[in-house]
Amino acid sequence: MIRDITLGQYYPAKSVIHQLDPRVKLMTTIIYVISLFVAKGILGYVLATLFLAMAIRLSKVPFGYMTKGLKAIIMILMFTVVFNLFLIDGDVVLWRFGFLRITDQGVKTAVFMAIRLIYLIIGSSIMTLTTTPNDLTDGLERLLGPLKKIHVPVHEIAMMMSIALRFIPILLEETDKIMKAQIARGADFESGNLIQKAKAMVPLLVPLFISAFRRANDLAMAMEARCYHGGEGRTKMKPLHYESADKTAYGVVWGYLLLMIALTWYERLHPLILL
Amino acid sequence: MSIKAKNVNYVYAEGTAYEIHALKDINLEIPDGQFVGLIGHTGSGKSTLVQHLNGLVKATSGRIYFNGRDIYGENFSMKELRSKVGLVFQYPEHQLFETDVLTDVCFGPKNLGFSKEEAQKKAKEALRMVGMGEEYDSRSPFELSGGQKRRVAIAGVLAMNPDVLILDEPTAGLDPKGRDEILDQIERLQKERGITVVLVSHSMEDVARYVDRIIVMNHGEVRFDGTPKEVFRHYEELEEIGLAAPQMTYVMQMLKKKGADVDTDATTVEEAAVTIENWLKGR
Repeated sequence: MIRDITLGQYYPAKSVIHQLDPRVKLMTTIIYVISLFVAKGILGYVLATLFLAMAIRLSKVPFGYMTKGLKAIIMILMFTVVFNLFLIDGDVVLWRFGFLRITDQGVKTAVFMAIRLIYLIIGSSIMTLTTTPNDLTDGLERLLGPLKKIHVPVHEIAMMMSIALRFIPILLEETDKIMKAQIARGADFESGNLIQKAKAMVPLLVPLFISAFRRANDLAMAMEARCYHGGEGRTKMKPLHYESADKTAYGVVWGYLLLMIALTWYERLHPLILL
Repeated sequence: MSIKAKNVNYVYAEGTAYEIHALKDINLEIPDGQFVGLIGHTGSGKSTLVQHLNGLVKATSGRIYFNGRDIYGENFSMKELRSKVGLVFQYPEHQLFETDVLTDVCFGPKNLGFSKEEAQKKAKEALRMVGMGEEYDSRSPFELSGGQKRRVAIAGVLAMNPDVLILDEPTAGLDPKGRDEILDQIERLQKERGITVVLVSHSMEDVARYVDRIIVMNHGEVRFDGTPKEVFRHYEELEEIGLAAPQMTYVMQMLKKKGADVDTDATTVEEAAVTIENWLKGR
């Protein structure tokens, strides 16, 4: 039933990308997003495509898993394409019907915007598919470390994030169990109008809240019993440190960004005629 | 009210990286009025199996018949099945949600379409049956003790008057006194009402005293199926799969090996005492 939902969507596999430091993957994702916004012409997009294809190949995650994330943004994608297609002014009008018209600039922007959005989603899915949620928060904590100087509680935020992530599957399982228990007592979660359906949720939500509070209490007690008192002076069991593969990856990624900037600059000087 | 499972298979998360074959080709029949113990260690598939019996989980392949009717058939009403086959989950006290005990127990019969008065009558009957006095009716279920909460939750299923009662680890986390009370009440119920009871447990000791038949599960398969005495004769194999026969079985087997002429089928202290006495007298 509800347990079939995968959250955090980590896909276990042994690949170069899986073994990279989470900080490298976070930075790479950010740099890749920046590069997508730097790219202005066809050459830039070809480069972005090559880079993405390389990452997909190296990650050893089936391509189907990456495109799953696209289903969620399909509406936004359609809106972007339609608006750009009809509303952008250009030099050459390709098609006209009443007040609607499509211009060369419109088509170009629509296509590029669509590609940009799709690459954005696939790029960030590669990160979440190859990194466990715990690694991700660990990496985030280290990357945001400098903010501690201005009294941002980075460790506490990271701790809250990992606890929240940790509890998602547990609460899902609990929901499934309570739902089944109430169905066994004749509860009906499916039929009826909206009000009846909302009412039917009470036997599910009350026990779920109680159990969430109970678990939170138990966890707080367990943490206190082990003298947890926040991030100060706390060391890691598995401290993150960069291996040679991570350094290589950084080199590749920064090289890629520089190449992207150079290409964009070149294209501005020598524009390719496309349409 | 017989239940019959035929070639039941269940695969969890099929086609993903997390695929588990939880039930493998299960065949069994539970006739009317039997007291059955379903035993296996954690992850052996026993909880998954009982959830099939009232249609909460649909088998990946295979059929389940209730009174000879296929429960996956077109005209079969799952709601009716669930009113006939009551399932008490593990830690059932976590499903309580109402403001007072009586209203919570009324939830089941009300869902079956009984009027408020009828539901309350059934609820009161069920509560008395599990030994919860009238003084608890208007208390909040959340201020009761663990054992009391569990009894209220069991009453919540009993109030639906099921013909088959399935209890998944009803004694988990209870102290010995609470455990004996609950099991004794279940036994009394089974005798008085003549209903079928399936008791899921990982403790042989608990089950041996009460049941007519034991089904042992291991890695999603039925490993042994028979009367307690028949099953306990395989005490060495039981140990291999992480279970154990009652302590008396070991004592009797050891005595036998030392040359004492005792009945190795004795499983309780009382039975053991009788057979040892007989042996001593006859010597």
